[in-house]
Amino acid sequence: MAIATATQAASEDKELLISGSEAVAEALVLVDLDVVTAYPIRPYDTVMQAIAKKIANGQLVAEYIVAEGEHSQFEIVKHASTVGARVFCGSSGVGWMYAMECLVVTPPLRVPMVALVGNRALDDPGAFGVEHNDALVVRDLGWMLCWIDTSQEALDTTLIAYRVAEDRRIFLPLAISADGAFLTHSQAITLVPPKEKVDRFLPRYDRGDLLLHPDNPITVAPQANEDWVIEIRRQNDEAMKRAVGVIEEAYADFRRIFGRGPENPWFEEYMAEDADVILIGMGTISLPLKVAIRELRAKGKKVGLIRLRWFRPFPFERLAQALGRAKAIGVIDRDYSFGSPFHSGVVANEIRAAMYNADKRPPLLSFICGLGGREVMLEDVYKAVDMCYAAATAGKSDSKTHWLGVRE
Amino acid sequence: MSALICEVVYRGIFQKNLAARITRGIVLSARKSGRWGIAFGRYGDSPQRNGIPAKDFAIVADTKEELEQNMARYEPKHVDVTVCVDDTLSKGVESWAWYGLQPINRLTEPNGTLLMTSLQSFDALLKDIHKKDAPYKLSLIRAKASFSGLWVYKEDHTEVRILGALAKIAPSFLTLDAVAEAIKEMEWGSELKVASARKTYERIETREVKITEGNAEVPYAFEMPKWWEMREGVTIPAIPIGKPKEGGQGYVPERNPYFKKFSTRTMRPVIDFDTCVKCNLCWIACPDSCFDVMPDGTFDANMDACCGCGVCEAVCPVEDCITMVNESVFNDNASQWEMWRTDKTAYKTWLTATIGDKKTTARSHGFRFRGQYDEELKKDLDTGGVEIAAGIPGENAARKV
Repeated sequence: MAIATATQAASEDKELLISGSEAVAEALVLVDLDVVTAYPIRPYDTVMQAIAKKIANGQLVAEYIVAEGEHSQFEIVKHASTVGARVFCGSSGVGWMYAMECLVVTPPLRVPMVALVGNRALDDPGAFGVEHNDALVVRDLGWMLCWIDTSQEALDTTLIAYRVAEDRRIFLPLAISADGAFLTHSQAITLVPPKEKVDRFLPRYDRGDLLLHPDNPITVAPQANEDWVIEIRRQNDEAMKRAVGVIEEAYADFRRIFGRGPENPWFEEYMAEDADVILIGMGTISLPLKVAIRELRAKGKKVGLIRLRWFRPFPFERLAQALGRAKAIGVIDRDYSFGSPFHSGVVANEIRAAMYNADKRPPLLSFICGLGGREVMLEDVYKAVDMCYAAATAGKSDSKTHWLGVRE
Repeated sequence: MSALICEVVYRGIFQKNLAARITRGIVLSARKSGRWGIAFGRYGDSPQRNGIPAKDFAIVADTKEELEQNMARYEPKHVDVTVCVDDTLSKGVESWAWYGLQPINRLTEPNGTLLMTSLQSFDALLKDIHKKDAPYKLSLIRAKASFSGLWVYKEDHTEVRILGALAKIAPSFLTLDAVAEAIKEMEWGSELKVASARKTYERIETREVKITEGNAEVPYAFEMPKWWEMREGVTIPAIPIGKPKEGGQGYVPERNPYFKKFSTRTMRPVIDFDTCVKCNLCWIACPDSCFDVMPDGTFDANMDACCGCGVCEAVCPVEDCITMVNESVFNDNASQWEMWRTDKTAYKTWLTATIGDKKTTARSHGFRFRGQYDEELKKDLDTGGVEIAAGIPGENAARKV
């Protein structure tokens, strides 16, 4: 953990060597968090420890509540947010599952909770390594979901997350996913902006007419029969649709105020403009992919990467546009969806669906690798790229899902 | 091709098993003549509570195709026969499944039949039953409302009486012999029950109801908001704080404008304002905040909000100050306190007569000791199933037997 050094000139960013989890904690100080709940599970627990330290050091004044389990952990912040508090919590793997009932009710109640999911394989077998299935479980429920890649992105995305979630046009929960170990436990040089910039970027959380307060007497979450439910779902649908514009607005403002951040919020394109083969993945898998792409480029193979940042809302139009240029697409899932179409991972099938109405639909190959935190080897990436080239030549996909790096 | 569509309007929990038996009985009877059928409950009514009006349906048809055609509608919009197994439902139905008050005959087809169990006269019932813009038939089975519970069932033959009556109303779908055959095969059937069904077939009373007849009141209704008009976040505004009754005195709370609750009621409290000691206990105990505080400090039960649970009667420390009386005695929800204020002597006379009637003060539901239903049943059957068995051992028992 980095030690805060002498205060620097307020307008300057401060450089710290911190992990992705610690970067999130830095951002939580900057957003002046009100209530945080905690219950330990690896790898999310690193962020809960980092926040505790911030509070103990006097850098952050916030209610820090250690719950007796994830279910209560998420319930407590849900209620705190309803009475107007800016809240944070998080979990990993089966801990996130244990909170499921609370995760389900958060979007319809329009609670702008920000959570960190330290991605972890679901039991069984009991394992600590990264898989994306934990966070993906809430993909249909009204949670905004994004995946981050670096400590810097962890800090910046946390700031953006509050801006987006707490926007009155949205008021939906947002989960930031960070690959267990690869990001939660890896320290990198990170720029921490001064609070005054954050204050310009992030307005205070105003719950408005939905504030639960004696001066605004309302009932939250009454029982409803079928005369009401579909209208409530439709409201959620509209909020998620509105999130698209609000996210773009937030990134543009972020770039204006902080002088960094991507132009395209939705996905990172790495050497993808002229690529024959575009690989797609989420999270820290970008590292081995980028290395492999550089090697392949040196050998004259035009390969590129699209690293998906936002999974919900899913940028289907922009993706279809970007992918239409390629001769073949290789989707690399760090998750599984047993029994799904083509027995693919979740991302591959989302992209298939996104491409269905596109004018140009290059052959799409589906890969699953890196499950349980297994390292993604360059040889595996080369193998995948070769298969993509073969599909490009054939002009059609083999309609299979290939498991990479599995002993066979 | 033709089909028979029946609804059974019943009281939640108290008549849940009864309604299910009736709809199953309709389908199984029709099956005896080779027809197809389905019996189902309205799912929105399913999480029942005591007395909440609810509906079950039975559809029988000549062919499976026609059955499907009718089943494609989740809830029938028109029925050939409305079966109503508690005559206090004649005032209208506000279930958990919809908003506003539905007249009991709302779904009844023109020239269809409203079949009720009741001891009231046709004319008395038509004071409560809303007018309809088409003529229909009102059929009566002379029986009191059969109330039991979720885990107990009162074998007073009401289900087979209904089936016997339906054989008269819709003989082309349910012949009396088919009904008898089906009853015999039912796990709850018996020769005695077959005899009851046959007796009702003979005794059922029917008369035409003209469009000029019935309660002229327009039942309250609501416009449901569009999705974009609704508050977000599954929130609803709190009920606002109430106001003094008059001249800065008393207190009348605001109430939910969309759900009035009173069609849940089978008995209502009748209050003696002269003996009220203003102890507040009814006001505190009422689970529905139905009591308004009057300027003189007495409490008037608001009849739009009262579910008729009887808690007020149970907690009232003054003998005869609050007495639960069967809903069938009343024709409106008017304020008793206003009636008392207008003419105290007349009110006392009315009160004494109303709470002195041993039949109408018998508890309509709930049993207080093991074997009570058997005792009631014996009296019922001995007197041809028409006598009300008063007598509730328990609170106020000595007075009311």
